[in-house]
Amino acid sequence: MNARLVRTVLGLLALLALNMLLPRALNPYFFQILILCGINVILAVSLNLVNGLTGQFSIGHAGFMAIGAYTSAVVSMRVLPGLLDAMTAAGVPLAVGHGVILLLATLVGGALAALAGLAVGLPSLRLRGDYLAIVTLGFGEIIRVLILNIDAVGGARGLSGVPNYTNFFWVGLWAWIVIAVSYHLLGSTHGRAMLAIREDEIAAEALGVPTTRYKVTAFVVSAFFAGVAGALFAHYLSYLNPSTFTFLKSIEVITMIVLGGLGSVSGAVLAAVALTILPEALRAVKEYRMVIYAMLLIVLMITRPQGLLGTGELKMPWSRKKAAPMPTESAS
Amino acid sequence: MQEFLQQIVNGITWGSVYALIALGYTMVYGILRLINFAHGDVFMLGAFIAYYAAGWFGVQTHPSTGGALLVLFTAMAGAGVAGFLIERFAYRSVRKSSRLTALITAIGVSLLLENGGLLLFGTDPKFFPQLVTVTKIPLGLGVTVTNIQILIVVVSLILMAVLRWIVISTKVGKAMRAVSFNRDAATLMGIHTDRIISFTFVLGATLAAAAGVLVGLMNPKIDPLMGIMPGLKAFVAAVVGGIGNIPGAVLGGLIMGMAEVMVVGYVSSTYRDAIAFVLLIAILLFRPSGLLGKHQAEKV
Repeated sequence: MNARLVRTVLGLLALLALNMLLPRALNPYFFQILILCGINVILAVSLNLVNGLTGQFSIGHAGFMAIGAYTSAVVSMRVLPGLLDAMTAAGVPLAVGHGVILLLATLVGGALAALAGLAVGLPSLRLRGDYLAIVTLGFGEIIRVLILNIDAVGGARGLSGVPNYTNFFWVGLWAWIVIAVSYHLLGSTHGRAMLAIREDEIAAEALGVPTTRYKVTAFVVSAFFAGVAGALFAHYLSYLNPSTFTFLKSIEVITMIVLGGLGSVSGAVLAAVALTILPEALRAVKEYRMVIYAMLLIVLMITRPQGLLGTGELKMPWSRKKAAPMPTESAS
Repeated sequence: MQEFLQQIVNGITWGSVYALIALGYTMVYGILRLINFAHGDVFMLGAFIAYYAAGWFGVQTHPSTGGALLVLFTAMAGAGVAGFLIERFAYRSVRKSSRLTALITAIGVSLLLENGGLLLFGTDPKFFPQLVTVTKIPLGLGVTVTNIQILIVVVSLILMAVLRWIVISTKVGKAMRAVSFNRDAATLMGIHTDRIISFTFVLGATLAAAAGVLVGLMNPKIDPLMGIMPGLKAFVAAVVGGIGNIPGAVLGGLIMGMAEVMVVGYVSSTYRDAIAFVLLIAILLFRPSGLLGKHQAEKV
């Protein structure tokens, strides 16, 4: 227990140090890619909880992200500036004040996204497979059209002037949290129940796993982190537009987890980083960029249908115990 | 009242276009259990082939019924070839993998067609040639219908009748139904499943291309990304009708077209893209396998 505390503190210190160092060491373009990698890691690992671990097929992740992004932006722009003033008046350093505001806004955004996750998780009681997939897709599109029609958040013009509070520390911390949650879940009773639902829902139910509860839980947790990713995204780019959150964004995240190997946490991380960098690396070939990206995707799927890592996990030199053995892959 | 009737006429027109695209989704899903995300882009391809064909054949300068038909058939043939190639070189290789892998491949093909389209055809919208001179025909009660709208409905009906004939009365159709019922058993009965799957893709692609040409006549601005939204909505239409069910796709398409036109007419055009999904969720909550889909008992 003590060793874990020490590691957590060391990790936090390392994040803070990197937070100071990286913006100075990297040029702004690379730094932006790094931040976007982090946000995509949060998105991919959180979607992996639903699609990879629980075997439910959700393609509405962009909707949850949009809810988190817009909610947090409204919170930090309209609700909390007073708090910032009060804190500066009380002598709290500005960086800490920004961090507190971002944390609160992120939590509110995540909570609202989680609530939406609950609302979408409930129909999964009745729907299976492709029908569930298309309902989540529809949900994401409905969210987008609703935002498009709310004039208070800019509608089609987009929402500009979101305070620019996201830095490497917060992105790294949330990515760390979502990865840790996933790994701990994998080894826990709850995670095993989710895996059982993925492998064979009927058998799981027969063995007394409350399938409904776990499916909804997976949706809620996943939506929460998607909301968090949205909040970080909003406070990084300072500008939001509903067209960022089309179903293509959801598809992008699905591509990441399938490419990484469905159910593999480290695979999701690797693929999220790779698929964020790839389009940027292909900028050199300009107009052929997206064509090459699409062709690579097809070729990878044909040559490595199980994803980069399959269902296995990348073993880190410092991981102590054996990673949780995964049941054999079944096509879902 | 007059406006309402006019909206119904427009709704039927859009509905038959959605139905044509939805048929391709539903046939492929029925046979492979694959959501063919690239189908909407084949629809776009059809419109572009027609655009260039109209230039080559000179129909652009001399509109005539025969020329319009020639353009329509060229687009259908071209898209059919594309459908064949897509199945042969992308989907066939992942047919034995998990369904998600196949889905990502479909998304890859879709991205390839869209971005390849942007590269080949250019990013600026093209103006679809007027293959037929537009005339307005009054129907009474102040409702008018254009000859293009009649053409759209008639061509769709003919194509659906041909499809029905193929599926119900020909040997290939019987094989298609057999493959959709149970692919392994069909193989054991000596059906060339690969050939039947190719044929299904070609059939779906030709219908989508026809829809592309018809939409081009109605909304003359075409661009390489025009297939995304109609494709998605047609897919929703197929699901609403009960995916894998051919009459269901037609019914779903008509419902989608009607609902969309009504929302644009009476609520706000900004909600146009949401109504399809609201309807989808509402219908699936009460009929989880779509309106005409059969509920399948779970096998343990």
